[in-house]
Amino acid sequence: MAVSGLMLLLGAIGWLVWEGTGVWGLNNPVGWGWAIVNFVFWVGIGHAGTLISAILFLLRQQWRTAINRFAEAMTIFAVITALVFPGIHVGRIWLAYYMFPIPNQMLIWPNFRSPLLWDIFAVGTYFTVSTLFWYVGLIPDLATLRDRATKVRKKVLGFFALGWRGGNRQWQHYEKAYLMLAGLATPLVLSVHSVVATDFATSLVPGWHTTIFPPYFVAGAVFSGFGMVLTLALIARKIYGLEDIITINHLEKMNKIILVTGSMVGYAYMTEFFIAWYSQNDFEVFAFINRAFGPYAWAYWIMFLCNVITPQIFWFKKLRRSIPVMFVASIFVNIGMWFERFVITVTSLSRDYLPSSWDYFSPSIWDILTFVGSFGLFFTFFLLFLRFLPMVALSEVKGVMPESDPHYYHHKEKEVGGAK
Amino acid sequence: MNQTLGVLARFANPAELIDAAKKVRDAGYEKFDCHSPFPIHGMDDAMGLKRSPLGYIVGALTVTGATFGMAFQYWIAAVEYPLVISGKPFFSWQAFFIVTFALFVLFGAFGAVFGMFGLNRLPRLHHPLFYSDQFAKVTDDAFFVSIELDDAKFDESKTQEFLASIGGTDIELVVGE
Repeated sequence: MAVSGLMLLLGAIGWLVWEGTGVWGLNNPVGWGWAIVNFVFWVGIGHAGTLISAILFLLRQQWRTAINRFAEAMTIFAVITALVFPGIHVGRIWLAYYMFPIPNQMLIWPNFRSPLLWDIFAVGTYFTVSTLFWYVGLIPDLATLRDRATKVRKKVLGFFALGWRGGNRQWQHYEKAYLMLAGLATPLVLSVHSVVATDFATSLVPGWHTTIFPPYFVAGAVFSGFGMVLTLALIARKIYGLEDIITINHLEKMNKIILVTGSMVGYAYMTEFFIAWYSQNDFEVFAFINRAFGPYAWAYWIMFLCNVITPQIFWFKKLRRSIPVMFVASIFVNIGMWFERFVITVTSLSRDYLPSSWDYFSPSIWDILTFVGSFGLFFTFFLLFLRFLPMVALSEVKGVMPESDPHYYHHKEKEVGGAK
Repeated sequence: MNQTLGVLARFANPAELIDAAKKVRDAGYEKFDCHSPFPIHGMDDAMGLKRSPLGYIVGALTVTGATFGMAFQYWIAAVEYPLVISGKPFFSWQAFFIVTFALFVLFGAFGAVFGMFGLNRLPRLHHPLFYSDQFAKVTDDAFFVSIELDDAKFDESKTQEFLASIGGTDIELVVGE
């Protein structure tokens, strides 16, 4: 199924390249349609992985070890999927290199004052650093696999494990490198989606031109990312029988984060309304009333319901610890966050300053196929990862077991160490 | 031709390994290492290792990255091909800050990873210890001390006796080409 989705994506992209961006439902005021919606959606999904691996690592949250590996993998694949969209939205994709910092054939360099170029650097760096982080975390586990494998597999794994021997002289530098990467990735996580938000906020379109955008986008990204981590974790846990490693306590902690970030997103929605009213800027006031009660009211209320109301159920401990409830809620979060990007992008563009230029945006079949296909790309990568690489960080899980602490043996009677 | 490359001894758990590390260090060995499936806290002190210099490498590279980022944009926007865009100044450093920051992080991350590889002498496709069959368990659940042939105090029989005296088991001469 994932592969057929991938084929669908390739087909849809092929048709786009052949025919041009006219095959999408874009019209004159709405020059940014699903491509940017999907891009922001997928980049947002990626954020939870880095949050789990970097920020929770710095905060010494040892429960992260159960979920960090596949959350990081999810990040990388989500960012790859996201990067497809700015790549293809230019229409003439063979000219996409215009976005890179190299002079074109007229020796003109790109404009570094443009937020779109910031995006290239922010997302490019994000992708590179996430991949490095993931790979460094994988090295000891690849060595474990290498030592159990035979023949060709052993050679391939041995190549990627780089000759890891688990010596303390290696661990010493390794831990330092991991700490440094976490330290560098933490501000990066917060900056990437801020830059994506700045793409919107530096414009003068009503409804986009607000200073709340960067923190609001980051909260939304973490929210949607945790929604996706939860969806994937619940499925993987069920299929591979990981109930002892990804325990209900881990899931509950993720639900708490969803509750917090979901409430932050809801708070941001209300702040936008408040500031629009408080500023008494006619266009700003109109943009928000139009969002909630205009032609896209249906999308707005889907978003509101999924993002603000759904997570509130996690105030109740019973619901927070119920697998079916959290599964449904995580799907709702994913849907809601896609609609959030849709609402922001399309409602503001379709009705800007001049009523004469207003138009209603509806997607074409190619928009839909490209979006559905992007899930194919994501899941193809993800399933390959589950098949071939350790989905739980082996060495890190061992490292938080009580038996890994030397004091455990010195005082056997009382248990020490942070993990359960 | 096969020759001895070092000695390997197995210990039961992290606590024994850390005690063994102290004793090996106190006995005057320098080219030894303690192998475990996960990092053990307190092992650096037990082995008498200095702090990892990686922080300095990363620090230097982040500064390099940031300087390069700002200078590169300055050169493009104000020297190589100045273009007036919406009347903004050529060197509008506020707008250049994001790319500068991205390069700061990017260079630092490369520094962390490749600095770690350099300090750990990675990647290498082979190592004398891989001649040992039991050593394969180190990435699973075993704890080893290895002493290399190059060590000034190395002596085939004496080193083996010493490791046995501090509680090592499965002592093995690592033999290979």
